[in-house]
Amino acid sequence: MRFFRLVILACAVSGTIVACGSGESNVESGNRLGYLHYGNGAEPQGLDPHVVTGVPENHIVRALFEGLAVKNPKTLEPEPGVAERWDISDDGTVYTFHLNPQARWSNGETMTASDYVWSWHRALHPDTGSLYAYMLYPVVNAEAYSKREITDFDAVGVKALDDQTLQVTLNAPTPYFLQLMDHYSTFAVHPETVLTHGKMTDRFTPWTRVGSIVSNGPFTLEEWSLNRRIIIKKSEHYWDRENVSLNGVYFYPTENVVSEERMFRAEQLHYTQVVPLDKIPDYRSQDKSPYIQAPYLGTYYYLINTDRPPVDDVLVRRALSYALDRDTLTRTVLQNTAIPAYSITPPDTLGYNPPKLFDYDPEKARALLAEAGYPNGEGWPGLEITYNTQEAHRKIAVAVQQMWKRELNIDITISNQEWKVYLNSVSQREFQVARRGWIGDYVDANNFLDLFITDGGNNNTGYANDIYDDIILNLAPKAKTREERYALFYKAESMMMDEMPIIPIYTYTSKHLIHPSVEGIYPNLMDSLNLKYVTLHPERRLNSEIN
Amino acid sequence: MIRFILWRLLQAIPVIFIVITATFFLVRSAPGGPFDSEKAVLPEVKRALEAQYKLDLPLHEQYVAYLTDLSQGDLGPSFKYPGRSVNEILGSGLPVTAELGLYALSFALFIGVLAGVFAALKPNTRQDYIPMGLAMIGICMPSFLLGPLLVLVFGIYLDWLPIAGWGDLPGDKILPSITLGSAYAAYIARLSRAGMLEILSQDYIRTARAKGLPEWQVVTQHALRGGLIPVIAFLGPAFAGLLAGSFVVETIFQIPGLGRFYVQAAFNRDYTMILGTTVFLSTLIVFFNLISDVIAAWLNPRLRAQFKGGA
Repeated sequence: MRFFRLVILACAVSGTIVACGSGESNVESGNRLGYLHYGNGAEPQGLDPHVVTGVPENHIVRALFEGLAVKNPKTLEPEPGVAERWDISDDGTVYTFHLNPQARWSNGETMTASDYVWSWHRALHPDTGSLYAYMLYPVVNAEAYSKREITDFDAVGVKALDDQTLQVTLNAPTPYFLQLMDHYSTFAVHPETVLTHGKMTDRFTPWTRVGSIVSNGPFTLEEWSLNRRIIIKKSEHYWDRENVSLNGVYFYPTENVVSEERMFRAEQLHYTQVVPLDKIPDYRSQDKSPYIQAPYLGTYYYLINTDRPPVDDVLVRRALSYALDRDTLTRTVLQNTAIPAYSITPPDTLGYNPPKLFDYDPEKARALLAEAGYPNGEGWPGLEITYNTQEAHRKIAVAVQQMWKRELNIDITISNQEWKVYLNSVSQREFQVARRGWIGDYVDANNFLDLFITDGGNNNTGYANDIYDDIILNLAPKAKTREERYALFYKAESMMMDEMPIIPIYTYTSKHLIHPSVEGIYPNLMDSLNLKYVTLHPERRLNSEIN
Repeated sequence: MIRFILWRLLQAIPVIFIVITATFFLVRSAPGGPFDSEKAVLPEVKRALEAQYKLDLPLHEQYVAYLTDLSQGDLGPSFKYPGRSVNEILGSGLPVTAELGLYALSFALFIGVLAGVFAALKPNTRQDYIPMGLAMIGICMPSFLLGPLLVLVFGIYLDWLPIAGWGDLPGDKILPSITLGSAYAAYIARLSRAGMLEILSQDYIRTARAKGLPEWQVVTQHALRGGLIPVIAFLGPAFAGLLAGSFVVETIFQIPGLGRFYVQAAFNRDYTMILGTTVFLSTLIVFFNLISDVIAAWLNPRLRAQFKGGA
């Protein structure tokens, strides 16, 4: 029967993909050839430094491009990148960058200061729609240009004094300005390449594709297979190529964290972006564990809509915060992968430590709730916690719900919403209490404290305080010394936390699995990785006693 | 037969048009937009973005613009992946998903038909109960459970096969194909058992046996053609289902197919990507249903006679 034979033939086709053993693993071949296999979390939206946002994009873009200054991978202190040195005026408002004469684009052309002027023009142009344009707002007139309040870019404080000298004038001394030079939104792009494919402000052009892209970092783009992998290889024209050890990197869009961990175990990856919570105890118990955990510049907190009863009453907000046992929460639900938080700024943010105005104190919490008119929870009108659908957020919300019930005898409902619906609810302020997280863009308390200025885009709490605004927007930027500036931050943050428009829960940590053959990835507050410094040591093997 | 095909094609046009229109307005009515993010977007930036994607136009103008582009085969730019068109993303994901679907279906056919025929030969005996019991488990077991189980056994403990990737390492296509195909194999097993049971009780089978043909010839040369008609009818929708439903397997095994884009597009409110994949997949489903109807008609002598008579 012909049909039956056809069926057999079809099956034979599938039978040809026979099991033949997995052979040499990625880690083995990578170690042999000098290629790192890197779990990158997701497919990047793109590789245009002025268009993309997000962590997976950051890893690749910062390998392909380099800023004027880069962060030291251990200390995060700025060190020379494209600029071999810089001078800062006495009043701290004029930065003069001297470009390294050896700094080259990947097509061999010399980098010039005017490339930066052009690139910052592009980044700030309102038509480009760069979500990170605000990174350059410390520069004179940058904000006005970006908001179309002025149209002459010459008025913006960035000038090419000559081919190798770039002068940047700031509105006020900005202690974190050099850090911003390592953020991809301030990177230079190659003007001719961008213009070959379209207008300066076009977002859609294919200039970042393989074969078109011209970059200036330690690596160049070799292959970009959508949702499969991105391969970069060591650049031939990079000024410091002698110190680049890797021959290249494979980035995988490892969206599924469980699969990513299995890939690591099967030695298909050198490095994972995250580690599933339930696997952490196993990894921790190992000798020479590949599990690396470090404090991360981010805070997980509950936003409070201060216009909605019953949380419009500061006594209720304080009662809720006092009744929360953060130590237990981080130890049990989060398996010691987080640090209890009592304020918005993470501890030791470049030497700044936030105030701790309260602690776990159920007695005091009950007294505050009684004072607010709900003794032992009587007459409590109910409260809803909104979070975006994710198992980790649900577990925390359930724990918080139970703690508040136990300590305050109040009923809490929890409600999950799909991500975009949740974002919409938060921005429209249609919530009572909502989960929130904030990851710093640069290591400075300002990046956390300016969230809560009146009507700020990320405030969403209804918190408004003129004195707070004045400190953050006017007084702190003009502070003469670091001590004075930090004292002002401390005052503002104490004021804000006293009003409690948020309930801080924990400070994030970064969690990775790193193969023992990899060296040069250092834990730091920004989870910042410079692939230039990574080396591979094939003789170091993975201890594979994991179940 | 040609009239039958033409008539079915004509019927498909309004179906696809309704799908486009409903999807277009539904995605735009969902709360949250493509540019919403955890970090507030400055109003001037949002305006610039909306202008670049024509979202500043009134809804009906957006709809007309979309239909105009679509009529020229242009599915528009992706919102989530600036610089990539939906056509390009579909073009990169479809071959992978189709290949995965083909392997999964081949696996499903091989295992399913074999088990179904085997069971039908001795109904209500152990030879029937065991494969059918396994088939029931196969239908019930979701791929998000089977996939990780196969990975643990064959990828981690035995270390025979790679556990992720597609075409990167030898043998990395085996586990995803089996995971995706197994539920279909189970379904095909039940269909072919039922089909075979019906055919094996027909008079012409009894005649064949009475003529002294060996049992294997009775099965392969006489019973199989009729017994597999329900399976053929199922293949079209099954293949379309495999293409549209491979999301879980693609996620578990890090496969760069269409399914991941399709589901992520909904989460990202990537309007053009949602529309593009929906339009594309619904067209495929209509198309594969048509093909399987035609093949089933061709295999069934009674229906074939009807078409010849000009039905």
